[in-house]
Amino acid sequence: MPADIALRAKGTTWKVSLTTEHPLVRWGFIALALGYLTLFLFIPLVAVFAEALKNGLSGYVVSFMDEDALAAIRLTLLAASLAVPLNTAFGIAIAWAVSKFEFVGKQVLITIIDIPLAVSPVIAGLIYVLLFGLQGWLGPWLSEHDIKIIFALPGIVLATLFVTVPFVARELIPFMQSQGREEEEAAITLGASGWQTFIRVTLPNIKWSLLYGVILCNARAMGEFGAVSVVSGHIRGLTNTMPLHVEILYNEYNAVAAFAVASLLTLLAIVTLAAKSIVEHKYVSVEAAEEPLKTH
Amino acid sequence: MSFALKQPSVLPGFGLTLGFSLFYLSLIVLIPLSGMFIKTSTLTWAQFWETVTQPRAIASYQLTFGASLIGALINGLFGSLVAWVLVRYRFPGRSFVDALVDLPFALPTAVAGIALTAIYSSNGWLGRHLEPLGIKVAFTPLGVLVALTFIGLPFVVRTVQPVLQALDKEAEEAAITLGANRWQTVRAVILPELWPAIFTGMAMAFARAVGEYGSVIFIAGNMPLKSEITPLLIMTKLEQYDYAGATALGVVMLVVSFVLSLLINLLQWWSSDRRETH
Amino acid sequence: MSIRVDHITKRFGTFTVLNDVSLDVPSGELIALLGPSGCGKTTLLRILAGLEQPDQGRIVLNDVEVTDRHISERHVGFVFQHYALFRHMTVADNVAFGLKVLPRAQRPSAERIHKKVHELLALVQLQAMANRYPTQLSGGQRQRVALARALAVEPKLLLLDEPFGALDAKVRKELRRWLRRLHDELHITSILVTHDQEEALEASDRVVVMHQGQIEQIGTPDEVYEQPATPFVYHFLGDVNVFHGRIPHDRSAQEHPNGEFALPEDLEDEHEVTFVRPHDLELSRHRTNTSQLEASVRYVLTAGSRVRVELLAVHSSQTIEVELTKERYRELELRQGDVVFVHPRQLQVFRVPSS
Repeated sequence: MPADIALRAKGTTWKVSLTTEHPLVRWGFIALALGYLTLFLFIPLVAVFAEALKNGLSGYVVSFMDEDALAAIRLTLLAASLAVPLNTAFGIAIAWAVSKFEFVGKQVLITIIDIPLAVSPVIAGLIYVLLFGLQGWLGPWLSEHDIKIIFALPGIVLATLFVTVPFVARELIPFMQSQGREEEEAAITLGASGWQTFIRVTLPNIKWSLLYGVILCNARAMGEFGAVSVVSGHIRGLTNTMPLHVEILYNEYNAVAAFAVASLLTLLAIVTLAAKSIVEHKYVSVEAAEEPLKTH
Repeated sequence: MSFALKQPSVLPGFGLTLGFSLFYLSLIVLIPLSGMFIKTSTLTWAQFWETVTQPRAIASYQLTFGASLIGALINGLFGSLVAWVLVRYRFPGRSFVDALVDLPFALPTAVAGIALTAIYSSNGWLGRHLEPLGIKVAFTPLGVLVALTFIGLPFVVRTVQPVLQALDKEAEEAAITLGANRWQTVRAVILPELWPAIFTGMAMAFARAVGEYGSVIFIAGNMPLKSEITPLLIMTKLEQYDYAGATALGVVMLVVSFVLSLLINLLQWWSSDRRETH
Repeated sequence: MSIRVDHITKRFGTFTVLNDVSLDVPSGELIALLGPSGCGKTTLLRILAGLEQPDQGRIVLNDVEVTDRHISERHVGFVFQHYALFRHMTVADNVAFGLKVLPRAQRPSAERIHKKVHELLALVQLQAMANRYPTQLSGGQRQRVALARALAVEPKLLLLDEPFGALDAKVRKELRRWLRRLHDELHITSILVTHDQEEALEASDRVVVMHQGQIEQIGTPDEVYEQPATPFVYHFLGDVNVFHGRIPHDRSAQEHPNGEFALPEDLEDEHEVTFVRPHDLELSRHRTNTSQLEASVRYVLTAGSRVRVELLAVHSSQTIEVELTKERYRELELRQGDVVFVHPRQLQVFRVPSS
């Protein structure tokens, strides 16, 4: 049937040409998009490592031999090791409450979690200065009892906590909401206690989401600049975190050292992005495995 | 009529988890934030108004909001394009590019700041080619725009991408069977579906840019009245122990942030409402 | 375990899901709760399990009131519509879960658990799948795992919430027969929630038909199908022709098995409605009786083992559906436009409160 064949051949042509663009347009779009990303993402990313290695590998390594640089790395690790577990506990708690129960005011609560993302980091620092600073509400009382919060570790941890409050919660809530509560209910009907249900059923299900939330929270905690800058006081070797140390080195025209410390933070960012890709891939493959067997 | 604040459930732990969450949020977020409004109330209205309308403050608003807006528009255009390319086309390195889009979320702002400055300064990779053309980027308002465009880059891509993915290809095919050409299909069938997501992403990018500090201060030059953003002005006032002045400006920014959050929530509600009616 | 549902009422907000529902189930029966979605059947099941709390009323299991008792004290097994299998555990681990979470003193040894899991997997014919993950199973296999998992804790009462609702027609049919055989073997009191009338009629000892939060009828499958108590049950269980109006002389099918009665054609009076199943209508080519209804053939659908004929009543213009056997259809030699005479073999009249 020649007519039929001709019709079908015609059919394929319009499908190719009409539900996508002409190849020239297509490659033009791709080039434009990649050009934009190159300008704003690739070049800055490469620049960090290029500047850090400007004086060769030995120059790079020397940057970390500095006592102040090491102190900054230690402080950053310490602040993150305090802020991340606290925000993880909070994230799990609020995700459980929000995703497994129906209650009045839930939407308001979810909105409140996002406040730190909407607020300028400078303001995040400012509010703690107003509370605990020398001229702040609690300042006189604190100095009387010789407790230092602002320009000291507690202030840095508080500012970091504020900025990173939403990260674990924001990863877990939509994921746990999409999982529903049937598996947990099934565990309860089979006689499991609440804690057994959480440890044996919920936690294994959310582990990848949770891990990504923690990694994201950690990246932000280690990289936070504005909020920490307000409360830190910039005391070298004492209250300087890595990003603040980068600033000081840069302002002292010690670009290689600044970029060397920055390169560590950049590696952390790359690890974070890789973790995201892996976690997303995990979920996609799980969904793909479930998909063909779903009969509804 | 049974009215309860919470529907009963066999799952335990509601009181514990919600109690802890509320306590934590109050301690870390709500009480410190409300402290700021109380601090502002120590100023009289006239003092407050004078602080927030100083020429230096006004200039900083113009720069902050202006550059944020232009950055959001650039990202609205190119972000949509990137999302389109990532969803609709296959090319080598696509998943790598997809992962890298989130870089501005993950990269510490100070690092972004010094990297952009190094590139665009007069002896930098790009700055050295732009300067002979009479374009100075680093240490000018243009530098602020570059930094704010960078940190807002992922928002539009990430809001548009899922909508594009969920888009029903049959609608496009239907448009074609009804005689529309490709451009008509894109304009009449696809774009109307994308607008809410594009606007939401732009509003998010704008909100993020308005509060941004770390990536801007390195590249901006920070000249009062010329290239000084509002968050930096707050910082300067704090360093001069002008807590009241810093707080007044902070309140202005906070109010703007809340209005923007409200707008974003409305936009999200609009776009999800649209998707559900399908 | 015997069940007594005693005047249960449940509301969600202003919507009454269950309105003063009472039900008794003797030990060892398999009961089907049948009704359209939103009729309250799943809510009743979840209240029985202890997954929901009723607003009013009591639940009594084996003569002990359990209304306020926690789910763990009720000894019920619950099978969820979408299986609710633990997706990160193997089939064997899923089945073992209820045993592994027992307090140490009551927990069987690892060996005993292993043995028991394999007995159960043999029972549901899935021994070969013990080390697979739920995502690697078909829907029907998943539901059998869910059933084995529920049985592992030796429940006194088995509650099944639309267990086959997400499966395709052929698998549903197999599984409900298999469930019936399993029940005949184990004799655990079971309640099966379903919206599929065939499933309810085929699998259960008794059917509870529910509608808008209330029970319409309780009876054996034959009873509810042959003698529906309400117009709703008539409608819900199979196709039906509805004739509005009064029947002359108030005669009924039982009195005149030869079909010597009229079908009402008067559409004005709506106080009585007559229900006739399509297969209870007989057709003839010639009028043999004055009370027969004259109609013309509009469509003939010959799909499957039976023939469906759509008629148009000549006087009232009402559409009437008739189901014939293939043989009868061939005898009649029906063609579109033919005039036929209709009379019912069996019908049922309900009084409808005048509005």
